[in-house]
Amino acid sequence: MILKTKLFGHVYEFKSVCEVMAKANEEKSGDKLAGIAAETAEERVAAKAVLSHLTLNDLRNNPAVPYEEDEVTRIIQDDINETIFNEFKNMTVSEFREWLLDESTTPDMIRHASRGLTSECVAGVCKLMSNLDLIYAAKKIRVEAHCNTTIGKPGTFSSRLQPNHTTDDPKGIIASVMEGLSLGCGDAVIGINPVDDSVESVARLLKMLNEFKNKWEVPTQCSVLAHITTQVEAAEKFGAPLDMVFQSIAGSQKGNEAFGVTVQMIQDGRDMVLSKGTSTGPNVNYFETGQGSELSSDAHNGWDQVTMEARCYGLARHFQPFLVNTVVGFIGPEYLYDSKQVTRAGLEDHFMGKLTGISMGCDACYTNHMKADQNDIENLATLLVAAGCNYIMGVPQGDDCMLMYQCTGFHEAAALREIFGLRPIHEFDMWMEKMGFSENGKLTAKAGDASVFLAK
Amino acid sequence: MNEKDLRTIIEQVLTEMNAGAAGSAAAAPAACAKAAGQASNVEDGCIPDITEVDIRTQYLVENPEHGEEYAELKYNAPCRLGIGKAGARYKTLPQLEFRAAHSAAQDAVFNDVDEEFVKSQGLFIVQTQCDSKDTYLTRPDLGRKLSPEGVAAIKEKCKKNPTVQIYVADGLSSASVAANIPDLLPAILQGLQNYKIDVGTPFFVKYGRVGVMDEISELTGAEVTCTLIGERPGLITAESMSAYIAYKATVGMPEARRTVVSNIHRSGTIPAEAGAHIADIIKIMLEKKASGTDLKL
Repeated sequence: MILKTKLFGHVYEFKSVCEVMAKANEEKSGDKLAGIAAETAEERVAAKAVLSHLTLNDLRNNPAVPYEEDEVTRIIQDDINETIFNEFKNMTVSEFREWLLDESTTPDMIRHASRGLTSECVAGVCKLMSNLDLIYAAKKIRVEAHCNTTIGKPGTFSSRLQPNHTTDDPKGIIASVMEGLSLGCGDAVIGINPVDDSVESVARLLKMLNEFKNKWEVPTQCSVLAHITTQVEAAEKFGAPLDMVFQSIAGSQKGNEAFGVTVQMIQDGRDMVLSKGTSTGPNVNYFETGQGSELSSDAHNGWDQVTMEARCYGLARHFQPFLVNTVVGFIGPEYLYDSKQVTRAGLEDHFMGKLTGISMGCDACYTNHMKADQNDIENLATLLVAAGCNYIMGVPQGDDCMLMYQCTGFHEAAALREIFGLRPIHEFDMWMEKMGFSENGKLTAKAGDASVFLAK
Repeated sequence: MNEKDLRTIIEQVLTEMNAGAAGSAAAAPAACAKAAGQASNVEDGCIPDITEVDIRTQYLVENPEHGEEYAELKYNAPCRLGIGKAGARYKTLPQLEFRAAHSAAQDAVFNDVDEEFVKSQGLFIVQTQCDSKDTYLTRPDLGRKLSPEGVAAIKEKCKKNPTVQIYVADGLSSASVAANIPDLLPAILQGLQNYKIDVGTPFFVKYGRVGVMDEISELTGAEVTCTLIGERPGLITAESMSAYIAYKATVGMPEARRTVVSNIHRSGTIPAEAGAHIADIIKIMLEKKASGTDLKL
């Protein structure tokens, strides 16, 4: 392993794989905040040059947090198929990048390789990819998952209906569910971020969504994004219907502690839904992630936000989730400064998730203290669909009144499906036609009229 | 239009441009209109203010099946619902409404509070270690520390060891400061005066994060420190303000020791009302000698 190179005759020497990995990142305000970013544009390229010569074995042997100290590292390392790892371990990161992009490397070959990759290997190759590389390589990889329906099939593109409300008002939430469905949102999941995190309230919302779904025979799945133990308790105490369990996760044990979650809690939640939940499965977990969360809880162990994010996916993979999405622009400008950095992060996260082998979506979003606007987020959503992303979010006109940020609106998934010739999940597509909201994959004039659900 | 007409127009335009010698800005639009051969028939009147539309009652879906029922239902959601569509895209009006709301949010974040306004409120200005808005947005750690000049100014100008120290910070919304402080600050001061509680010298912190209150508390030696700070704008309002209040705040103390009064703006808790409420909280805090989760209100 060589950690030294020359650029324009100037010597750049790095002390560790950790330093190379951080400095090889594209510019991110979060890495600067952590004090680990490349100091000059040239140093960034020097780090990339050094990284390109490291082997996947070097990356596996340098986990971001030591195996003994961190259960996320243990999950990632123990889940590796050693036979497959041995096939790839002597490849340099440069060779692996070219192998992924090579015309003779098939989607199946990449899925096979995934089983031998630790998150540091996934992050490493990501750092050598341009934005179009990230789209090109991710497009090759398809990951399907099944809860009540199957997400990720070729020719489909899905969305989460996110009917959040400032006070969890049931009428307000249902109004939003109706309008979202009438525009073709919600085939991935109908998922509420609750304001009131109490077990009673979460149970009430789960029941309400389930009743609506059953009444109108909507072929989808529902979730209320409370803490995992709250969802489990809502099911156990109040008989709340759980199609899946949600949890925010981080890329280190310490980061997960900040979310109040452990690997055991996630396992218990999954077991509970598989034995007592309302869905077919077998994929019953929903995770959200986002670059920078580890640094914000001082749980990054000196590593960069791309590598820590990849480790979230390594942890998620263990539970074969139905959905994972990066909430890419939510964290603020001290981690992702502007639309350029958010776009890059969205493409990185989507690529890394897929290369890890999980069903990947993206909440393409921004807060009002970021240098980004709705045009930027429409751009990112378009790039993600080009990259074969499984799903994006849908909120009324992209304005989430509860989380106070903006993401993609109800109309975006429909427009992108038309542009790219894609459909919702098949059963949902058929349901849309039955309801008269779409015809041959195109919205009808009736789409957007939520009042059809109010027939007496 | 033939060549002659065109030449006439161009000559006319040139003459007018010369007439407005130093490049009169007013001449330019007129010239554009004439060059394009349009009659510039500017009518009197004003296009309605799109920001005055109440999104709860706005309903743009054409020929809805059960429109009345849905209009009633959607009134329960402060969201952009019932907005119809143009193909699989948005209609123009809601698109403009959204952009208007976001423009207010961006202006609130990225513009500085007007210094003349601050002075008119009787406040002097100190700055944190952030040298620009960019630094402020990307370095939260520097927004929690005062500049050396700021420390000196507070030492020089502020009353020592007051019972209560109040100060204003821009936080993430300059619009919030301009909208709320003229009513909010006097209301708090009046409330405290009624309780005969001694108040220190108020001032304004530029590029301030919530945490800078800990250093200010230590510097002034105040028993209770209260910061009035602009919240990160949403699209519903860009003018929301919060008060963070702590009993004997110290640098490095847990966040849970702060008591928060949030959502202060004209469509939330109105500033005058919030001011009285904050004065009450401060009184209780002084009696119980505690704040944050240690204080049951």
